Amino acid sequence: MNSTQNHDAEQPLHDTNGDAPPVLQMRGITKSFGPIRALSGVDLDVRAGEVLAVMGENGAGKSTILKILSGEHAPSSGSINLAGADRTFSSPFEAKAAGIRVIYQEPEILDDVSVAENVFIGSIPRHARFVSRHEVIAETQAVIDRLGFSSAISPTTLGSRLSPAQRQLVEILRALKDDSVAVIAFDEPTSSLSEHEVEALFAFIARLRASGTAVIYVSHRMKEIAEIADRVAVLRDGQSVFASLMSDTDESEMVRNMVGRDVFGAFDRDHTEAGEIVLEVKELTTADVSNISFHVRAGEVVAFSGLVGAGRTELAKALAGDAEILSGTIAISGEVQKLRSPIDAVRAGIGLAPEERKTEALVMTRSIKENISLVVLNSLTRARFVRRGLESGLVADYMKRLRVRAGSMDQEVKTLSGGNQQKVVVARWLARKPKVLILDEPTRGVDVGAKADIYRIIGELAAEGIAVVVISNELIEVIGLADRILVMRGGEIVGEVARADATEQNVLTLAISDSLDQPTNSGNVALEGTS
Amino acid sequence: MTISTGSASPTQIAPPEDKPGAKRELSFAAKFVARVGAQNLSLIVALIVLAAAIGSQNANFFSLPNMQVIGEGVAILGVLAVGQTVIMLLGGLDISVGSQAGLASVISAMVFTSSGSAIFGMAVAIVVGAVAGLVNALIIVYGRVNAVIATLATFAAYRGVVNLVSNGSAQGYTGGDDVFTFLSLGKIAGIPVLILVFLVIAALVYTMLTFTDIGRNIYAIGGNKVAARLSGLRINKYVIGAYMLMGVIAAIAGILLTARTGSGQPTSGSQGLELQVITAVALGGCALQGGKGSIIGTVLAVILLGVLTNGLQILGVNSFWQDIAQGTMLVIAVVIQQRRRGTRAVGLPD
Repeated sequence: MNSTQNHDAEQPLHDTNGDAPPVLQMRGITKSFGPIRALSGVDLDVRAGEVLAVMGENGAGKSTILKILSGEHAPSSGSINLAGADRTFSSPFEAKAAGIRVIYQEPEILDDVSVAENVFIGSIPRHARFVSRHEVIAETQAVIDRLGFSSAISPTTLGSRLSPAQRQLVEILRALKDDSVAVIAFDEPTSSLSEHEVEALFAFIARLRASGTAVIYVSHRMKEIAEIADRVAVLRDGQSVFASLMSDTDESEMVRNMVGRDVFGAFDRDHTEAGEIVLEVKELTTADVSNISFHVRAGEVVAFSGLVGAGRTELAKALAGDAEILSGTIAISGEVQKLRSPIDAVRAGIGLAPEERKTEALVMTRSIKENISLVVLNSLTRARFVRRGLESGLVADYMKRLRVRAGSMDQEVKTLSGGNQQKVVVARWLARKPKVLILDEPTRGVDVGAKADIYRIIGELAAEGIAVVVISNELIEVIGLADRILVMRGGEIVGEVARADATEQNVLTLAISDSLDQPTNSGNVALEGTS
Repeated sequence: MTISTGSASPTQIAPPEDKPGAKRELSFAAKFVARVGAQNLSLIVALIVLAAAIGSQNANFFSLPNMQVIGEGVAILGVLAVGQTVIMLLGGLDISVGSQAGLASVISAMVFTSSGSAIFGMAVAIVVGAVAGLVNALIIVYGRVNAVIATLATFAAYRGVVNLVSNGSAQGYTGGDDVFTFLSLGKIAGIPVLILVFLVIAALVYTMLTFTDIGRNIYAIGGNKVAARLSGLRINKYVIGAYMLMGVIAAIAGILLTARTGSGQPTSGSQGLELQVITAVALGGCALQGGKGSIIGTVLAVILLGVLTNGLQILGVNSFWQDIAQGTMLVIAVVIQQRRRGTRAVGLPD
């Protein structure tokens, strides 16, 4: 891509003294959570005074590798070598003492105390047990001055009054208040920053680099990486798949390495001809999404792709009546619906199987039966008494149809596997005979066998004429399931890809590209890569 | 297997114990425990052990008159505990129940004295109870005040109202009235009416919780309010209904109190009752966070507390020890519950 070369021309690549040994070497890092392997044999090298960009799809293992670096997770196997010595960190405290800092995307800030106290939390300077407020503020000011943020933040501001950028700054101040920092990692630091703030952050990272600190920069944003990174490493499915100097690669090569999983037969279904428009959303705007327009026909599966935080879950919540609609309309079968609460959405025939199954969908301490009949219970009563035979019959039907594997329908849902829990949630909505069914991450935490079941069910629902909306972080799933793919970025729909044209590359390129003005161009770049 | 497939091979099947329709044969004992519930079973065992211990020291414990004493002793507490169970299943709490009962007690006696009709007095008391419950609910739902704080406030305020209307002294004399006397001393089929009222209310609420959609939805809301909201349940309606039901039940408890003592009691008999009520419900297995518990558990816990008080009394144990025993039992019961949940011991529990 041009941008990379321009960058090189106007600001020669920082001297990465390629021969110098890396200050941090991670070798063969493997991490399993139960049966799921999040990382398998990841290698990562960072040298002093360079910025390493770590890229990868959602779920590629970027956050996990940072958590291992920060001592939050212990690796299942593999070695970490810091400044020539093999290290194992059994707690964040040890990693910190060794000079490693990780700045997370969502900083933990105490709302009711000052910036100074937030910065020194856990290590407030004290005499006997008495804290000198004056001293804490003075020390914080010294750190702020040293790092060059004097105009950006004051040590006496309350946590609750900080902007997102300032919250991130507090996290940076915390991390760098002591001198001995060898490696600092940023996890998607710019997701809530304005352009101006991003510039300030980059100037700061440039200073860190100049002072000889090794910087790891995790981001999806191609433009930023082209601007700041000296070197890039790509993770895919928990493995290191690509590493290069920035000057030796380009956007299309990076994207090609981020994608590229094998398609398999589980998605095979009859793509029946779509019917009437069932769901029609026009210029919908809420606090989190803006100007969303799309439609879904009966029998159609429309998938939403995009990065975490692109606004897909928030859109789903709005369609389920659980967000305030600021402007725009939602129509079901041509009839405009006023969705003031989920009650209205349920009545209109919209069902949502939310992303957070355990906390937002299931009543974990109650039975499968009670969870399935929840939304139709009032239609199963006579004089308010639940007609148990009717209920059991209905529940048994849906359990059989969705292949819910359980000893009995009276079993508590918390004893079920993730896949069976998801089937219970889907069964609940099917019992209601919805016109629109929204499935947010339907296969998250679901084992492979049950995944295939869920794909099959989605196909069947569409064949029955339900308008199905699927939100998924797994590109392969999105491409395999959908008749059409809508890509979201920054709370807006930025593109639509038809089934025939869908490749992981062009969908991902739409999702991560910053060049809003030329989406077609970047699409072409990606398409060239596939051929 | 790595996640690199990110995918399913349709041939892969789930673990064998998950096979559809494969019902594991349960032993009779396991079925019994599942049916009764481990919580209720441990209460029954505790009850048997306690009764055996007391009975071995004093054979009079098992006499019919003593059983009746125990029953009448716990009836008012039991009525309130049944109401509190509904509130706690929703994830709420009502600390003002004792004050509401005191208010109803005084109102029923005063209205009876001025109107001459016991039924009218009781009806007015019940309406006042419903209104008191509604006020609690409105503060909680629309004022967005935590249930503990809201009812702590009305706990004091309702007690103030009682003392204001009664001037702080017992009101009226209901001992000569047939209806009130029937409530306190009457028997139907040999069972004291006081105990029957408790059992009937418990049975009605049990029916509501177990067999109707209202009860199911109460468990769902208490178990996961986000899921309940997204499923289209009108949560506010249920909260308001539950607190009003609690008010009505507290009023019935207050009327029983008036009947037992022969006059409207502003404080005596109802003050401090809220703590015993919450003790009973928690002992019965209701989780403070809602969604878990049952009327059977609550009734068993009420009986257990009654047996404990009575037993220590007939054994001549200092009444201060009774309070200590009650407190100890509650702590042990909740510690066991938390152990079974298996939460880590860090900071304040959920």
